[in-house]
Amino acid sequence: MTAVAGDARASLGAGQPWQLSAQVGLRPERFGALAYHYGTRRLVFLNDSVLTDVVRTLADHDDVPSALAAAGVPAAQRGAYTTALRRLADAGVISAR
Amino acid sequence: MLAEHAVQRRSPLHERMKTGLEAPVCLTWELTYGCNLACVHCLSSSGRRDPRELTTAECTGFLDDLSAMQVFYVNIGGGEPTLRPDFWDIVDHSVSVGVGVKFSTNGTRLDAAAAARCAATDYVDVQISIDGADAATNDAVRGDGSFAAAMAALENLAEAGFVLPKLSVVMTRHNIPQIDGLRAIADRYGAQLRLTRLRPSGRGADSWDDLHPTQEQQRELHRWLLDHPDTLTGDSFFHLSALGESLPGLNLCGAGRVVCLIDPVGDVYACPFVLHDRFKAGSVRDEGGFATVWRDAPLFAELREPGSAGACASCGSYDACQGGCMAAKFFTGLELDDPDPECVKGHGEAALLRAAASGGSDRPHPGVGHGRGGPVPLALGPTRRMADAVR
Repeated sequence: MTAVAGDARASLGAGQPWQLSAQVGLRPERFGALAYHYGTRRLVFLNDSVLTDVVRTLADHDDVPSALAAAGVPAAQRGAYTTALRRLADAGVISAR
Repeated sequence: MLAEHAVQRRSPLHERMKTGLEAPVCLTWELTYGCNLACVHCLSSSGRRDPRELTTAECTGFLDDLSAMQVFYVNIGGGEPTLRPDFWDIVDHSVSVGVGVKFSTNGTRLDAAAAARCAATDYVDVQISIDGADAATNDAVRGDGSFAAAMAALENLAEAGFVLPKLSVVMTRHNIPQIDGLRAIADRYGAQLRLTRLRPSGRGADSWDDLHPTQEQQRELHRWLLDHPDTLTGDSFFHLSALGESLPGLNLCGAGRVVCLIDPVGDVYACPFVLHDRFKAGSVRDEGGFATVWRDAPLFAELREPGSAGACASCGSYDACQGGCMAAKFFTGLELDDPDPECVKGHGEAALLRAAASGGSDRPHPGVGHGRGGPVPLALGPTRRMADAVR
């Protein structure tokens, strides 16, 4: 299956690059970050500073697994982080590129 | 790890929100006290423009500060904000520096050209205010002809192809029975319904006793909101969560933590409902500007402290309602740790009687008044006239 650019259901696995969506403002907070989507006007809370780092650096990596590794997420937690990223993708906070 | 806007109350995130954010999620900016209406419940007692209003340069400078703080959007209101001759310049500047605009208007000046302008600008939301599903109910609160003007504005927006305007209604004893009719109006114009709580603030202090909902109506409203979760409420009705089921939203008082208010002369207040010296945190004209006020104002530090449950400590619902609305208490003469005057468990009535008995019946007078003189009475029929346009 070929992923379409911007497809929220695109793979979070190897080989699919992602980025913080262009329409999203990401503001660091003590608990992580607030993300505001200027298109949907939705506010999303990132309640974790590591997740915030991952989201912010997605565009620097070839795919989600390498972004998670670079952020120092232990292998055992990568599933949980991927689930969180899936929710962010569904909310349009991150998009496939 | 991650939660969305509907944060469960008592979640760790909810607790963190209470201690304040690096910047407001959004803030309300009353751009002018000038208004061509004189609604009986106006939070800011608007009417005449204040000669000390922020200049255009001060307004754009303030927006630059918001942009630097990454405030996502600003709710512009008034008064009637479109009365400022530089209104559109301010909107354009805000959008250009990445601060989205939601502006609230009575619609009287939203002609075809203005509607087209809104439709052509990304990141601009428009909110039209009405207070009843028919002219008689609405105009008694907002003035003769105001219902027709609001409908014409919605018409203009629809014709301009503006997507999803908001239809904003303050819930009163007289319009809660019309709630389905209000929804129908919103649906007819492709608008999203936004319902907010009446506060005894500004001229609302004078009309509170005539307008605020009955206990039975509060229960009705709670049920209706649960049945219509797509309705916007600005987290207005968190005091109703004591009825059992929490409404969608943060369900906490965001004053000084998540939101604040800037008035037309640049004074910063904790929320849109407390225009009174007691809740003034500073001014955007102060050294350091708004960022310093938000970060360092002693008032905001106080509001970000864990609150005392006070008289509500023994009530099992305190976790749900957090004691209700600070402004509603303050302007009905209650202490801030008293129950909400509209407490759904009935503790408000008792607190009001206690306050009256202890000589506390002198309700604080709203701090600002820009009306044209004299009280603005609730009309029984559509007898009030729209005031002449303000210069």
